[in-house]
This record gives sequence, structure tokens and C-alpha cells, in this order.
Amino acid sequence: MATETQTAGSFVAKPKTFGELRAEIAARRVKASDLAASYYQRIEKINPQLNVYLSLTKDRALAQAARVDDLATKGDPLPPLAGIPVGIKDVLIMRGAPATAGSKILQGYQPPYDCTAVARLEAAGAMLLGKLNCDEFAMGSSNENSVYGPVRNPVDPERVPGGSSGGSAAAVAANLAVATLGTDTGGSVRQPASFCGVVGVLPTYGRVSRYGLIAFASSLDRIGPLAANVRDAASMLSIIAGHDPKDATSSPAPVEDYAAASDKPAAGLRIGVPAEYFDEGLDPEVGAGIEKGIEALKAAGCQVKPVSLPHTRYAVPTYYLVATAEASANLARFDGVRYGYRSPNSATLSDMYSHSRDEGFGAEVKRRIFLGTYALSAGYYDAYYLKAQQVRRLLAEEFLRAFAEVDAIVTPTSPFPAFKLGERADDPLAMYLADIYTVTASLAGICGVSVPCGATSAGLPVGMQILASHLRESTAFRVGRAIEEAKI
Amino acid sequence: MLAKVTEKDMERVAELAHLELAPEETGRMLRDLNAILDYVAELNELDTMGVVPLAQVSELGDVGGPSAPRADRLEPSLKRDAVMTQAPESDRSFFKVPKVIDR
Repeated sequence: MATETQTAGSFVAKPKTFGELRAEIAARRVKASDLAASYYQRIEKINPQLNVYLSLTKDRALAQAARVDDLATKGDPLPPLAGIPVGIKDVLIMRGAPATAGSKILQGYQPPYDCTAVARLEAAGAMLLGKLNCDEFAMGSSNENSVYGPVRNPVDPERVPGGSSGGSAAAVAANLAVATLGTDTGGSVRQPASFCGVVGVLPTYGRVSRYGLIAFASSLDRIGPLAANVRDAASMLSIIAGHDPKDATSSPAPVEDYAAASDKPAAGLRIGVPAEYFDEGLDPEVGAGIEKGIEALKAAGCQVKPVSLPHTRYAVPTYYLVATAEASANLARFDGVRYGYRSPNSATLSDMYSHSRDEGFGAEVKRRIFLGTYALSAGYYDAYYLKAQQVRRLLAEEFLRAFAEVDAIVTPTSPFPAFKLGERADDPLAMYLADIYTVTASLAGICGVSVPCGATSAGLPVGMQILASHLRESTAFRVGRAIEEAKI
Repeated sequence: MLAKVTEKDMERVAELAHLELAPEETGRMLRDLNAILDYVAELNELDTMGVVPLAQVSELGDVGGPSAPRADRLEPSLKRDAVMTQAPESDRSFFKVPKVIDR
């Protein structure tokens, strides 16, 4: 039942849409409990090969299924996501379920409360299937930094799914969930979405509460949905968005019906194309896919024009200074005292801190803590952290100026398609450059969506990144729908 | 900004961050950090004299950020029991840690 179509030689399978599933459950043609069971069967069969789920939350999903079936039997109105099977990136916490963040240092941790976004999905009727693999503390662009092993790309299991929300993207691509939640600090929803051929949303900073998100870089971290199509991703955003008293940075702006807004044709929208995102680093086949997408937008009645974002080339260095500085502060809390892993055999408190952290953190996390601590330390603060914050303002203001001229900006999501496991693992700088087109929006706080936009000759998905100004998610979704409908 | 990180710097940073580095890790970390710092030195090309640093995008103005701080009221929080069950070592009221002062 879970499988609709499966391409030979890969694990790719398209889930049904929210609308289809909802109609089937409401008409009692499908029971939510059977749907959950069929997803768990598929997970049992395929997960050993893709390493997508780290743990399952069966009791919770089945209890929800029973509630949905009960409503359907009585003919009561169904909540908007009734019976939709979803997966949750394992940096978002669920009460009583193991929360690992892909790290050894959280070994054994079962948080006593729920992440707001997760709780909102469940309150809207979604069935929470389990926790999804990711790079350790969401630090990585390939999912190879998980202490629980890499996720494999359902399109080609020899390749990475992207990161850090690799499990969240792969789960949707392989129909191991109908939709998922990921987190995006520098591209961690958008890039894996593009590598796996699914839709991934970067909401405006503050649009979705970060309460219950294990923090990486607090001024950049965002929770975003991934789904097989734009409309479902938009529906999910309407559920999880909105002010939360538990996150002081969450926005009080009213939440739109993003799915309905996405139905409005893109005709008449002004689309900017920044030359800086089409430089020599761009894989020609990815570039060709995006060009086709731009032609499709013209055909759909959009007005396409060049925009200039000259500070783009400074975004990766700016991002890595800001993000690592914030990470070094956020990760100070993992000290073996209150939860998670504590190194045995430490004679003193100070030894216990450093042994626990040394044994608990992986190489990339340590590298970033070192970099961040160094950049914040006496004598270097002005040269690194403060300088990066100044450039961050230049980057953000440059976007605001561009959005005075255009409604949306389209770019490739990643300069290249999914690469092979191990190909970039030894060179941190080469890995950081995978984020070159995504970190700009992260620094500026604007919103966006990555939408499938064709494939390379080897069949690897290409993703188009559609960016819009703060709180203009509806605009990004409208453009995304036009790309989707062009079937590139 | 072209300062090279030295082994001595690494020791200081490790102490600040409560991290340890095995001798065989030090060389690799030193090389990676210097490569990354060489790369971020590109930012020096930009004249940022007088640019106000941006720590949070809500400082940009009308971008939908929070409008006012919440009221300062006591609210119920997690039960102590639920929290203490997660501790590696506790007596259910307090977290237990190795001794702090050696005497």
C-alpha cells in the first residue's frame, strides 16, 4: 500500500499526496493503522540498505492511527494532516524517544518534552513514524558525519543524500515517509532535497519555533518541511509555523494558508537571476537544468531579469565564522553532567568535562568548536567574528535591495549533483563549498524552497532554489509550483 | 587576520572549549584550521569600516521578528523527576559529579 511506483535499480518511490491519503482515510477506504503498518513494513525492508531511520516511535504512531481511525469511523471531521505518516530529523526532540543528534554525546538521552513543530504536526493528525539520521549536530553536507553511519541516496546508494538532513530527504525520496521535518542552518534542508529529488523548504527565520531543536547556530537554525511535492510541503509549513511563547525569536506575523496560496499561478511575478550563482564552479549539467527551469518560468508568464548580488562570494567564509562561533557556545552545554554520555573514570570535574566531550564529539564537530572558540577568543574577536557580522549585514541588505526589484530569485540549490560517498570526506573546505549557493539565504534570514528541476544524464536530480524576501513563502511556493508543473 | 594558528594556540583553545586533542589529532586539526582561516581571510578584501554588525536578522527592521518581550511571569516548567531521570548520575534531587576540589 505504501508503494505506488518504484524505479528499477534504485529505491526511489513516490508517496501519495496528502490530498489522496486524506480522501482515502475519510472515505474509510484506507485505515490509518493499516497505513502505518505498511510504512513500518517498508521501513523494515529498506532501512537496512539506506540507514535512514535511527529509531522508530511505533507506539506513538499507532496510538495516533487509532485516534484517526476512530474519527473516520464516527464520521467526525478529520484534522488537516490526519493519518499522514511523517518522519522527524533526530535533532528535533520527542518526549520519551531517543534523541541522538547523530552524536555519541547524547547516547541514552530521552528528552522529557516535545519540540513545538513536532507537537503541532501531531496535533494536526500526523503519525510520527520515527527519528531520522543526520550529520552530527546537523554539521555536514553529506550525512557522512553521523556517528550512526551515513545515509545512502535512494536514487543511487553509492552516493550521499546530502546533509545535514540527509535522512529527512532520503525518507521522502524512498517513500519511507510521506513527508518529514528537517533543519536548515546553512542549506541542510535545501541541499539534501535537491540531491534526492524532493521538495525542501527554508522558512523565514523566526517563522517556525525552534523550541525543541537541538541548537547548532541559533541565529541561523530553522526547521523546515520536506515532501514529494510543493503543495504538501506548503501545507505542512502552515501547521508548524506561527508564534510560540517558548521561542522568543519566533515571529508573531499571521500564518497564511500556504498550500492555497501556492495554487495561484506564477504569471506576472518578477524573477531575478543572479549571475554570481552561475559561475565557473557550477556543474554544466546542473546549469542546463536550471536554464530549462528559467525558460519554463518565462513560458508560465513570469518576467525574468538579471539581478546582482556581488557579495555572494563572501558568504561561505562569513557563514563558517558566524555558525562555528555560535556552535562553540551552544555545544558548551554538553558536558556529561545533566544528560547523555559521561566518560567513566574521571578523577575530577574538569577531567570529566573534557573526557566526555573528547569521547562524545566526532571530528567535524570538534573542528567547528575549535574554529568557533578561536574566532571568539581574546585578540581575534574583532578580526573574525565581528568582521563576519559586518559582512552578514552587507549580504542581507544586498538581498533586500534585490527584492525591491523582483519577487523571487532563482538559482541552482547546489553547484553539483549528489557526489559519491567518501569523495569529499577528507577535505573540510571542499565540503563547505557544497553550501556556496545556500548559505546566503541563511545569513539574510530570507525564505526559500528547493524544487526538483530535471536531472543530469546519469539520472541524478537537479534542484532549483527559489528565494523570496522575509515572510514571502507564498511567492516562493507559487514559483515552485510553476517549476513542478513544467515537468522538466 | 593572517595569523597562523600555532600548537600553543591550540592548547589554549582546547582549554577554553574543554576539549582534548590526542597528539596524533593535533597535526590534522592544525592543518585544517589554518586552511580554513586562510580561506576566510578573503573577507579582508572588503572594507567594512562603519558597517554595523548584524547578529540577528530581526535587527534588519520589518522582517517579521518578535515585536515585544513576553511578560515576566512565573510559568510551570518540567517536573524535576522527569529531568533527573536523564542524569548520568544523580541522587534524584541533585546531579552528582566527581569532586571539584582536591585536598
